Amino acid sequence: MRQQAAVTAKVFIQRDYTNGTMCQFQTKFPSELETRIDKQQFEETVRALNNLYTEAEKLGSQSYIEGCLACLTAYTVFLCMETHYEKVLKKIAKYIQEQNDKIYAPRGLLLTDPIERGLRVIEITIFEDRSLTR
Amino acid sequence: MITRKVRKWEKLPGKNTFCCDGRVMMARQKGVFYLTLFLITGTCALFFAFECPYLAVSLSPAIPVFAVLLFLFVMAMLLRTSFSDPGVLPRALPEEATFIEMEIEAANGNVPAGQRPPPRIRNVQINNQIVKLKYCYTCKIFRPPRASHCSICDNCVDRFDHHCPWVGNCVGKRNYRYFYLFTLSLSLLTIYIFTFDIVHVVMREYPDTPLASHRLNVLEVLVCFFTLWSVVGLTGFHTYLISLNQTTNEDIKGSWSGKNRGQNPYSHKNIIKNCCEVLCGPTYPSVLDRRGLLQEDTPIPSSNPVPQTTKTTAPLIPNEHTPDDAKPSIAASAEKSSSPKEEHPAATKVPPLASPETDAETSIAKERAH
Repeated sequence: MRQQAAVTAKVFIQRDYTNGTMCQFQTKFPSELETRIDKQQFEETVRALNNLYTEAEKLGSQSYIEGCLACLTAYTVFLCMETHYEKVLKKIAKYIQEQNDKIYAPRGLLLTDPIERGLRVIEITIFEDRSLTR
Repeated sequence: MITRKVRKWEKLPGKNTFCCDGRVMMARQKGVFYLTLFLITGTCALFFAFECPYLAVSLSPAIPVFAVLLFLFVMAMLLRTSFSDPGVLPRALPEEATFIEMEIEAANGNVPAGQRPPPRIRNVQINNQIVKLKYCYTCKIFRPPRASHCSICDNCVDRFDHHCPWVGNCVGKRNYRYFYLFTLSLSLLTIYIFTFDIVHVVMREYPDTPLASHRLNVLEVLVCFFTLWSVVGLTGFHTYLISLNQTTNEDIKGSWSGKNRGQNPYSHKNIIKNCCEVLCGPTYPSVLDRRGLLQEDTPIPSSNPVPQTTKTTAPLIPNEHTPDDAKPSIAASAEKSSSPKEEHPAATKVPPLASPETDAETSIAKERAH
């Protein structure tokens, strides 16, 4: 059975720069998704992603300690240790996978991890509505 | 059909060279980088061969040990700056580029025939300051704030500082701190070698000290002297930039200086916080998946191979809009427009895939400044 439905459109959620260059996405609900998913669900997903990115880029004691330790070892410590950002990116990938499986795929949508688009956009692919064939 | 696996770096657009199967990423021109390596290792080799044996015996063995550690740190920082991804932004895939084009056309409305369409600028408000995001015709994206297109590497780089021929790479978000630590440690190493050269020369005045090779000593002193002024000056300049959280690019363009330009919205207004953010902030990952695998189908050699990859460079919509960045933006903007002053007037009639922007000027200007 062909799993790939036809792609009808793609929506791109842009970055929100109002608080600076930190990675945040706009929570504005695109009109193309109105018939597919409700606004609150979408906003919750984007807010959760924004919170995860804030956690990754947080300037706190942990990032300072990591930075200083790395500097003292001439950054060779990253050969054996994962950076905090990379750990959070894994969390984000898992979260997006979960959201796709539970919420977006049943509605014929697919979220693409922003890291695959250079952290510029969240790409949402809208598939042809197959609800008639189910 | 022969299916072979290629790594994504082989298909990346832009003018970078890759080594070690995508692990190393540099600019194309590497001549000056080899010169840097030669000067540093050459001078240090002379120091270790001719000065250190004498200094270790007559003063302290800690002197050469510390010099070795400092030298290793300098080399580590240099190689890290040169070989890492500076923060290159991948180009937009065709669907994204089309989506942006449609948004631009919707925003512009109907442009009467014969009139130039308005320049592609998006205004965003960052910390109560209006910042203009320019559209990059090469990468087909609106550049994030602080990003700039490097015409030497033909990439948009996030938090673009400058293109440094001495390290053979761009300096951007991901490798700025390594670049700064390189200049700082190189300054220390140069001062260190210079000082002990002088000490050695002074001590040699006394009759019971052994004579080292006089000419090599003079050569070291000369190299150190000239390096000192340039590298220490550069370190000082970058320390100033870091304390204000500015990039070289912004400093040259005068983005945040002067009364009518507004304040730097990225600065925390606190020197310590600015320094901490730049030097001890999070280590950003590369968004270019260089070592990821692509499936490439090539037909059997009798016909022309047409590799299908996820990245296409085919132009999407023939761009009738000329990149007229010289005209002020029509969008409501609090800033008094000074864009005609910034942009190169020759940018008006250039086809979209060229990169005629001022970034060429700034990177060349910076090269000269080095």
